[in-house]
Amino acid sequence: MTNTAESAEPAAQSPEDGAATARKAGADTAPKRRHPLARYIIRRFFVCVLLVWGVGTITFFLTNVVPADPAAALISDKVAKSNPEIVAAIRHRMGLDQPLRVRYFIYFRNLLHGDLGTSSLTTNPVSRDLARAFPATLELSIIVFVLTVLISMFLGLLAAIHKKTLLDKIIQVFSLFSISMPGFWVAMLAFYIFFFRLHWFSGGGRLDSSLVPPPTVTGMYLVDSLLNDDPVAFTNALSHIMLPALTLTFLNLGSLIRFCRQSAIEAEQSDYTLGARAKGLPSRTVTIRYVFRGASLPILNMTGLTFGALLSGAVLTETVFSWHGIGEYAYNAATSLDLNGIMGSGLLVGVIYIFINFFVDILCGILDPRVRVQ
Amino acid sequence: MSEQPVSGLMPFAGLRRRLRDNGFLKSLRTPLGIIGVIFVAFWILMAIFGPLVEPYDPLAQEFDRLQAPNATNWFGTDQVGRDVFSRVIASARVTIPISVFIVVVSVCVGSFIGALAGYLGKVFDEIIMRLTDIMFAFPSIILAMIISATLGPGLKNAVIALLVVSWPSYARIVRSMVLTLKSSEFVIAGRLIGRGVLSSLIVDVLPNVLTSMLVLLFTDFGGAVLMLSNLSFLGLGVLPPDPDWGTMVQNGMGNFSAWWVALFPGLAILTLVISVNFIGDALQDSLDLQNVTSHA
Repeated sequence: MTNTAESAEPAAQSPEDGAATARKAGADTAPKRRHPLARYIIRRFFVCVLLVWGVGTITFFLTNVVPADPAAALISDKVAKSNPEIVAAIRHRMGLDQPLRVRYFIYFRNLLHGDLGTSSLTTNPVSRDLARAFPATLELSIIVFVLTVLISMFLGLLAAIHKKTLLDKIIQVFSLFSISMPGFWVAMLAFYIFFFRLHWFSGGGRLDSSLVPPPTVTGMYLVDSLLNDDPVAFTNALSHIMLPALTLTFLNLGSLIRFCRQSAIEAEQSDYTLGARAKGLPSRTVTIRYVFRGASLPILNMTGLTFGALLSGAVLTETVFSWHGIGEYAYNAATSLDLNGIMGSGLLVGVIYIFINFFVDILCGILDPRVRVQ
Repeated sequence: MSEQPVSGLMPFAGLRRRLRDNGFLKSLRTPLGIIGVIFVAFWILMAIFGPLVEPYDPLAQEFDRLQAPNATNWFGTDQVGRDVFSRVIASARVTIPISVFIVVVSVCVGSFIGALAGYLGKVFDEIIMRLTDIMFAFPSIILAMIISATLGPGLKNAVIALLVVSWPSYARIVRSMVLTLKSSEFVIAGRLIGRGVLSSLIVDVLPNVLTSMLVLLFTDFGGAVLMLSNLSFLGLGVLPPDPDWGTMVQNGMGNFSAWWVALFPGLAILTLVISVNFIGDALQDSLDLQNVTSHA
């Protein structure tokens, strides 16, 4: 949603910019104009880089400026009070005795080398921890994404077509339930009902502890077990992923259903739909070729954002199901004051989100010429 | 002044007129609207008169541990023998005022910044908008988690975290509304008779965005309740032993045979949030403000 308003801005600037390029080019040779789509992509890319820098700066600020003393957070208060020299040593080793701007510079230099520091919780490099956690989140996200998009588009468009009927009301109430339920509670309910009571699916974790994870190729157990020709591991992994996947799907459905319904209703009320009806096109054609098509762009935008949000790890669901993904890692880091861990996961999550957005923007630019040229 | 869409001297006149013309009260007379009003009224009463209703002290560990719901303890007892019903009621006293505070403050701060950005335009606008872009790159729960973890767990820091996380979306919404209003004739006329930026914003612009802001305030209250209980569930909000729905559910997580410990506080969140959303939907329908939220 944030994107629809936002994507219009750079496009609005493009005429002057185009004129500037033309003027500059016209000075030496014939005016050379880049394809508007290329110009649009380049512009979006620069915005992207700017945003990544901003995200890095914010995480730096949050983890280096905000906490009173990150070094003291590592050891207990009693030790810190009685042995100031230990605190000083830790501060020195962490580089905290350097002035802030030097730390900022070092931080960004390390970032560019892919060095996110060492986690005080796992004592591993944060980048390696995150690389291990990411496939778990990716695996879950893909399944949830496919389910959510299919179901919400179906229900949302259905509600829009049957606007103000009983069916619409039922779908609306369903989506309100999905929005209004606390995520951790839904996860626990699912856990209690389908695992504890009914034993339909497996509970926490990604695999039974009696099983050995398949050799790592992608890090996604479902894919790896298939590649390894291991049906036992595959069915077990599938049974483990069901509950977190269904929970997350349910939690994400509500807002997306409402958004699809709203977009379709707006397309329905637009002038081009009215024009198509006035032209005498059959109702079905109008619905499919005008209403659905008109609604597809905002929906594409929104689903992109949803995927970005999913990839950043569903903190609550992953925590309840001990799904060892990005969300659970961020939670563990945050609650044990592992600053490098928090910083790293925050950064990764932000960067993923920015790049997903970038790709969605490009897709919109390809699909809709209005987005790229004003 | 009387020719302006809404007079600045009576900022709520426009709201009142629209509520009357659109039959707001009538729109609440749907089944969902009635359910919403009943539950919201219930929880507000509980937040105010809770101590009179609670049968027992929410902090006292005076019963046998993990009793299933029965005549004495309607919602059972928890691991240390506290009455779950009393604790569920007592949580309303913390959650509801704090969530109202979060929404009101972040709407005010966000609207002010957004209105300035939209009105002043140029560099200020650019800086604010890029800043909101960066904030949006973090999912709000992760950002709130990072902030409250670095500040240290506790209710005060959780509130700060939620304020920091939630102002940007209001700034965006108000900015886009101000952008459309800025070039309207009555605002320009106001500037021509000598109003400065602030007075123009307050007298001419504010009354015209107020209705939408109030609706937003209402619909986002539910979101604030959810976020606050999320943080509490993660151990970064209300700290035990203080009663809170999020921490209570967390408490019940390890022990599934005692389902009542986690079920009732969750139901409390659900009933409060969904009834607020029922009313919010009715409000949006009657004011025809569906597009308010899609500005973001």
